[in-house]
This record gives sequence, structure tokens and C-alpha cells, in this order.
Amino acid sequence: MANLVTRLKRVGLPRLIVHLSVLLIVILWLIPTLGILVTSIRDKDQITTSGWWTAFSSSTQTSAGRLGDPSSAKQDGANYVITGSVFEEGQGGTVRAFGVRVQDPAAFPAGEPADLGEGETLTIESDGSYVYTKTAPFEGSRGKRIYLTVATPPEFTLTNYQTVLQGEGIGQAFINSLTVTIPATIIPILIAAFAAYALSWMSFPGRALIIAMVVGLIVVPLQMSLIPLLRLYNEVGNFFGTSSKTYAGIWLAHTAFGMPLAIYLLRNYIAGLPKEIIESARVDGASDFEIFVKIVLPLSFPALASFAIFQFLWVWNDLLIAIVFLGTGRDQLVLTGSLNALLGSRGGNWEILTASAFVTIIVPLLVFFGLQRYLVRGLLAGSVKGG
Amino acid sequence: MISQIVSAVGVMIVGVFACALYYWLSDKILNLALPVRDGDVTQASRNLNRRAVVRPWLFLGPALLLLGIYLVYPVIATFILSFYDRSGQTFVGLSNYRWAFFDAGFRQSIFNNILWLAVVPAACTFFGLVIAVLTDRIWWGNIAKSIVFMPMAISFVGASVIWKFIYEYRGAADNQIGLLNAIVTSLGGDPQVWISMPFWNNFFLMVILIWIQTGFAMVILSAALRGIPEETIEAAVIDGANGWQIFWKIMVPQIWGTIAVVWTTITILVLKVFDIVLTMTNGQWDTMVLANLMFDWMFRGGGDSGRSAVIALVIMAAVTPIMVWNIRQANRDAGGH
Repeated sequence: MANLVTRLKRVGLPRLIVHLSVLLIVILWLIPTLGILVTSIRDKDQITTSGWWTAFSSSTQTSAGRLGDPSSAKQDGANYVITGSVFEEGQGGTVRAFGVRVQDPAAFPAGEPADLGEGETLTIESDGSYVYTKTAPFEGSRGKRIYLTVATPPEFTLTNYQTVLQGEGIGQAFINSLTVTIPATIIPILIAAFAAYALSWMSFPGRALIIAMVVGLIVVPLQMSLIPLLRLYNEVGNFFGTSSKTYAGIWLAHTAFGMPLAIYLLRNYIAGLPKEIIESARVDGASDFEIFVKIVLPLSFPALASFAIFQFLWVWNDLLIAIVFLGTGRDQLVLTGSLNALLGSRGGNWEILTASAFVTIIVPLLVFFGLQRYLVRGLLAGSVKGG
Repeated sequence: MISQIVSAVGVMIVGVFACALYYWLSDKILNLALPVRDGDVTQASRNLNRRAVVRPWLFLGPALLLLGIYLVYPVIATFILSFYDRSGQTFVGLSNYRWAFFDAGFRQSIFNNILWLAVVPAACTFFGLVIAVLTDRIWWGNIAKSIVFMPMAISFVGASVIWKFIYEYRGAADNQIGLLNAIVTSLGGDPQVWISMPFWNNFFLMVILIWIQTGFAMVILSAALRGIPEETIEAAVIDGANGWQIFWKIMVPQIWGTIAVVWTTITILVLKVFDIVLTMTNGQWDTMVLANLMFDWMFRGGGDSGRSAVIALVIMAAVTPIMVWNIRQANRDAGGH
């Protein structure tokens, strides 16, 4: 491999171009996810006024304000002076520029005395304190109108997460997703492993046919199953006088839909185990059940792990089966379903959508980065099922 | 909330335990029913043979039952339902098929699906191959691969939110908070409502699937590239081939089989694409695809199982050639054992 690389390097593209193109690709692939991550921790008002890519620099806003009343002026020699701060109590930021006419709100830079004419001079420091002097007494009853360009420092908050987890039902949906996913990941493994063992190490008539059927069923679209199963579930629900939308129903559905791929992946692996081990166990008088439990199952751990990750990601990320086989009540709505509902009801509230989306994708991402090795191995083992 | 977790864990333990118990118990019962420790040697050997006949079916039983109920039976039932009316009670012959043939919405969906099929598998395979070749040559290639591979873990719904934010539109007077419109306006263009732009919006939805699936193509193709024998490349180098020629004339032809696998896998995925369209547009602005149309008819106005079944069968028909090819391939592999 290393040799191949050096040879390619000798004849291939200049290295710098390769580095730059890969860097570009990585940035392109990363930016969309980064966008919602950054947005989800931004202040809700800042999200709507500026792009998330500006979140780390200060955001500038133009606002209007008033200086102090003429009555607060003090006499200082020949001049009359008003002092104070343009910011109200609790407000903060950095003044970049100011102006006295709405047409030109950033006429003067902060920190430098501005000559306003008629003997008036106004200096606004960047921290908001100002000195307003006039060579004659101030007139009128109200303070002078001013316009400010204020830069507010980047502000990050976890409020959005608090809102979605409690107020928008995402916390409950998270639990619901776990309730669906964990049994729907573990149960198929056991069933598929037994079947895979039978299809690899036991001989019986019809074996080749069943293997062919399993391979064929891998690609059967889910859409083919939906209508008859929906009817079947309704009939079963009516028969027992219960709802047709139950967790047990979706566990079985996910178990069955994951079954062809599970059997296929596990059979490929189990059939490749060394023949000698299994035959010597048989000679020693072990039954097939014992061979499976004591020898095959422990040896197949990598394949079982690969499939478990697939199934976990697939079930966690599934939307179609969840909206068909589960109800839309809070006690049954999973994360993908909630996110889909929020897209309808909170279409413009990006602080809610991004935080919810991030809660939805964080678990698969952790699984992905933690167990990537097994995922890749599973992919390479042959086939993959798509949503 | 806590009680739900407890019950989920409980059910999981009970379920797994029940599964294990089934296999253990059925094995025990089989052994008791057909004993081999009797004095009668012929009876014992007959029982041993009978055990060998029954046991595979005990192991396969639960799996076959699930496959039968959830996949085999529904395929047949859907086929039959396609000849019945909306409630599945009255036989209507080919009228659902006739409806599909003349329905504008159906044709729109077919057209869009073909568009998706033409673009997404090709784009994923192309980008996957290019990224695989490029990342194999640099020291931080594995990090880059991880990042490109990462969207595979993200749900289609999550990815839709991510990209909807990129396509977000604000009026021309406002600050654009969607990345795409911000780029367009900073280049002097006018902001656009990308996802309601007929025809082109299909491509904006496709980008999402390409973003997700390129990592898959990259991983598989990268492994195939590493499997190429070094001698073939060495020989090409000696003969004075340049990098471009080595890539197209030496490397690509040797991984055609893998390219085909990647292409067909993504093709199947594209035929079933549902979540992205549902969450981005719900089929509005001419973005409807077959899976969404089928879902629509399943529930629209109380549901029309006949028309819905016809649409499902169209997806099934499109998948069938790949299915047949896979089965033949698997049989050939099994034969070579």
C-alpha cells in the first residue's frame, strides 16, 4: 500500500493540489452540520438577524437613543456639559460609530469628538459613555436624538436546548426513540444468528432456495409491505380491542425488515468460520445448539457488532415505519417524527429546529465515531440496506 | 418517563430472554421427543436422522415466520390489492393501472424519480471515487474520509433540517441567514426561494442525498482501490503512463464490479427516497416522487389501497432487475464454494 502511494505520488498530481482539493471537500461536507450546531447555541434574536458564520465575530446593529435631558446639563466654565452613558442599565456592547441624523447614522467614529455645529460637540466613547458640550445653554425639554452603531459580543447559550427538551417534547421523543431502537436492535440479532447458522452449517433440503430468497428480500422496497401490514395491524388491533399502534408492533416490524440483511451478513461471516473447529466439536459430541452458543456466537462478535450498528442507525433514523406503525401522540412520537412535525409547525423558528435536529443526530454521530471500524467492516462485508 | 425506560428495558430483557428460551427449549424438547440413548440401535440412529431433519427448521423458524408475515405475504397481497378498489373490497381489474397511466401526478413522480436516478447514483459514485483516490495519497486522508463518511449516520430528516437552513430565504432587504442566499447576494445576485423553484428544486433535494451517500461510495471504492495489484500500476508507470491515464485506464477498469455494486445499491436507495421529499417540500412545487405519492394515496381521503398498491408495484418493478442480478450473483458465489 505504502509502495503504491509513493509510486502514485511520483507520477500523480502535484501534492499541494491534492491537499487543497481534499481540504475543500472536507469543508464542504462539514459546513452544513456545523451550521446547525453553531445556530443551536446562538441567541434566538441573533439567529434571525445575522448568518451563523458571523456568530464568532461581534454582530453590529444600528439603534436609536437619546442623550440626557438639557436639565441635567452642568456648567463647566464657558461650556455647558451633559454626561452619561448611551446604554441603559444591563445593556452592553461596543459603540463603533454614531450619528445625529437617521439618514447618516454612522457619521462619526466612536472615541473622537464630533463637531455638530452651533457650538455643539459630542464625544461617545466605545464603552458608551459620552460627553456632550455646548458653548451656550441647552434648549428644549428632551434629550438629543442620536443613532448608534453598536457591536454586541458573540453570545452563546444553551437556552434553546432547554426549550426543545422540555417545551417542545424532544426530551420525551428521545426516550421514545430509545424505547423503539434498543429492542429493535437486539432482538433481530439473535433470531438472525440462529437462522444464519442453520443456513451455513446444517444441511437440509431447500437451503439454497432460502438463501436465494433472503438475498432477494434484501432489496424489496418497504413500500410493498406497508398497505397489507397496515390492514393486518388494524385487524389484529380490532380483534384484541386495542390500538393498532403499539411499541410491540414496531419492534416486530423493525425486526422483520432488518432480518434479510442480518441473515445475509451473518451467514457470510458464519459460513467463513474454519470448518475444523465446528467439525471437531461435532466429533466431540456437541449438539448444534451447543456449537452455536459456545463456539459460533463468540467467534461472530465482529459481524454481530457490524449488524447491530447498522440496525441501530437504521431504526433510530427511520421515519417511514415510525409514522405508519406508531401513533402521533407525545407518548409515541419518536425523534424523527417530532422533527418532521416541528418543520411544519415551527418552520421559521430556527433556534428550535436546529437544537432539535442536533439532539436527533447526536446519538448516531456518537455511535458512528465510536464504532466506525465495525461500520466500515459491515459495509465491506457485501451489501447494505438503504432507507 | 422513567417508567417508560424501565418498561422498555424490561421488555427488551423479556424479549431477548424469550427468544433464547425458545431456541433452548425447542432443542431440549426435540432431544426428549427423539431419544438416542435407548438400547435399540436402529431406533436410535433413526431418531438421530430425524433430529437432523427437524433441527434446522427450529433454528430457522422465527426468522422464516417474520420474513413470511412482513415481506413475502405483503408482496403478494399488494399485488392482489392493485386489482381492487380503494377499500380493497371490489375487484376492478386494471382500472388502477389505467388511472396511473393517465394521471398527471403519477407521471410527474415518474419523471422526478428518473431525474433522481440519473443524477444521484452517478454523482455519489463519481465523488466517492474521486475522494477515495485523493484521500489515499495524503497523511490525513483517514480524517478526511471520516468527515465525508459522517453524514451516513445522520437521519434523512436531520439532514433535511440541516439543508433547509442552508436554503433558507429572507426578503432582499433583510440579512440572509441561509448560506446559499448569503453567497448569492454577496456575489451581487438576488436571493431565491430555492425549494419552490420548479424543476431545479429537485436538484436541491438531490444534493442532500448526495451529501449523505457519497461517504458510502467512498468507503467501498477506497477498499476496492487498495485491492488493485501493484504490479499493474508499476507496469503502467514503466510504460510511461501519467497519473490521469493510470487512473482511467488501469485503476477504474479493475474496479468495475465494485462500481456496479455501489451504483446499484444507491439506485435502490434512490427509488425508495421518501423522507427527504416529505420533510423538504412534501411533494409540493413539482417535487413529488413515487414513494411519497404512494404514501399520500395510502392516507389521502381515507386511503386508496388500490392506487397506492399500483405505485408500490412500480417501485418494486424497478428494483426487480437488480434483485434478480443479486440472486444470480449469490448463487454463483455459493456454487464456487
